Amino acid sequence: MPAPPVAIVDYDAGNLMSVRRACREVGLDAEISSDPQVVRAADRIIFPGVGAAGSAMRSLRCSGIGEALVDAYRGGKPILGICLGLQISLEHSEENDTQTLGLVPGKVRRFRLNDPTLKVPHMGWNAVRVVKPHPVLADIAGDDEFYFVHAYRPVPARIEDVLAVSTYEGEFCSALGRDNYVATQFHPEKSGRVGLKLLERFGAWDGHA
Amino acid sequence: MLSKRVIACLDVRDGHLAKSIRFVNTRNIGDPVAKAREYYLDGLDELVFYDITASSDRRKIILDVVEAVAEQVFIPLSVGGGVASVADATDLRLAGAEKINVNSAAVRRPALIAECANAIGNQNVVLSMDIRQVAAAGEMPSGYEIVVDGGRKPMAMDALAWALEGERLGAGELVVNSIDADGTREGYELKLTRMLSEAVRIPVIASGGAGEPGHLHDVLTEGKADAALVASMVHYGDYTVSGLKRYLHERGVKVRMSW
Repeated sequence: MPAPPVAIVDYDAGNLMSVRRACREVGLDAEISSDPQVVRAADRIIFPGVGAAGSAMRSLRCSGIGEALVDAYRGGKPILGICLGLQISLEHSEENDTQTLGLVPGKVRRFRLNDPTLKVPHMGWNAVRVVKPHPVLADIAGDDEFYFVHAYRPVPARIEDVLAVSTYEGEFCSALGRDNYVATQFHPEKSGRVGLKLLERFGAWDGHA
Repeated sequence: MLSKRVIACLDVRDGHLAKSIRFVNTRNIGDPVAKAREYYLDGLDELVFYDITASSDRRKIILDVVEAVAEQVFIPLSVGGGVASVADATDLRLAGAEKINVNSAAVRRPALIAECANAIGNQNVVLSMDIRQVAAAGEMPSGYEIVVDGGRKPMAMDALAWALEGERLGAGELVVNSIDADGTREGYELKLTRMLSEAVRIPVIASGGAGEPGHLHDVLTEGKADAALVASMVHYGDYTVSGLKRYLHERGVKVRMSW
């Protein structure tokens, strides 16, 4: 059976080629689009993100893509958020003091670290520990590391929405999910084989946790 | 906790892989796309391409290489060599580069760092510095001088001051390349790397001089680097990426061991 079409949402003129290349590597028929109609018509949606929360939210509102995403979520369509895409799915971000989409209850806060030798952004490879099993994260094993680049961290309000955690001074949520929405703070498209496996799992996911 | 990174650097000239000894005598050693794929499958954490093509059609050649590599290598990819404008940086990003390295052009026009940081994000702008040791005096109080144009032109500019200025202008990472150590296989310049690592709050990538696994260990511990760049060690087949990582892991350096 051919893979169902995937829309990679482009809402802020970001560079999303790496996400599309990684999808294609695992056989997902993915197209980058900034058209809300294409997003509405796709079988599943990847919601990445580049840049800052404030300008991203402005683009989402103006383009009508934000509304299309909220509708897709309510309609039960599988959605994968990546990095800023994850952060924008919560209710509020400290970055530019921004009200965000609110698919998942919670906030986004900047890293505030006591250890002066730890750098912000948190950039590089770090381990991801699954705390709540999920079909999309099913291949992640104990030693697996993923590639991160971010200065803000998600803080979901409900513990049951936290799917995985990572450690940078303290523990923070590195993957979350609710209903047909799943999201990673790390970049699966830049995380080698384990990242590709995650995208492949998302491509086969029916949207039920 | 973040892992220390092992980064392979591929010098690309006219679409082929080249390696220099003390920045001269470059010679071809293979196909960059095949090498990139081989290292990726062997656990490499990040890849850097340095374009040393001199011809006028250099732009298209390196963009083709970057695009071909991005099709089959799914780790962060960084590209440098001759980046002089936001347009250069944007073209390379569209071809598939994650991070852009700026070097000589930023020394001549520091605003380039801020312009690139605004256009593609601080975390994607890497300030690459070629540095040589000099007498600590006058214009070079740190005892290290910035050199540009592939190691040919000393700038009478202090390396420590330039690193701090680069960070202030918005660079997200520093590559510290010792010209004195480059190609010697006698080890990284530990004193220089440590001095700069302690001075800035952005990650430091040590470059130049790696010849045996112990050199990586030393620069990631004593040298306080966040990442170690290797080239000849792996290009000529003396060592493998996975072998280097295993060596580091066995000696207590946190590196990614599952891929």
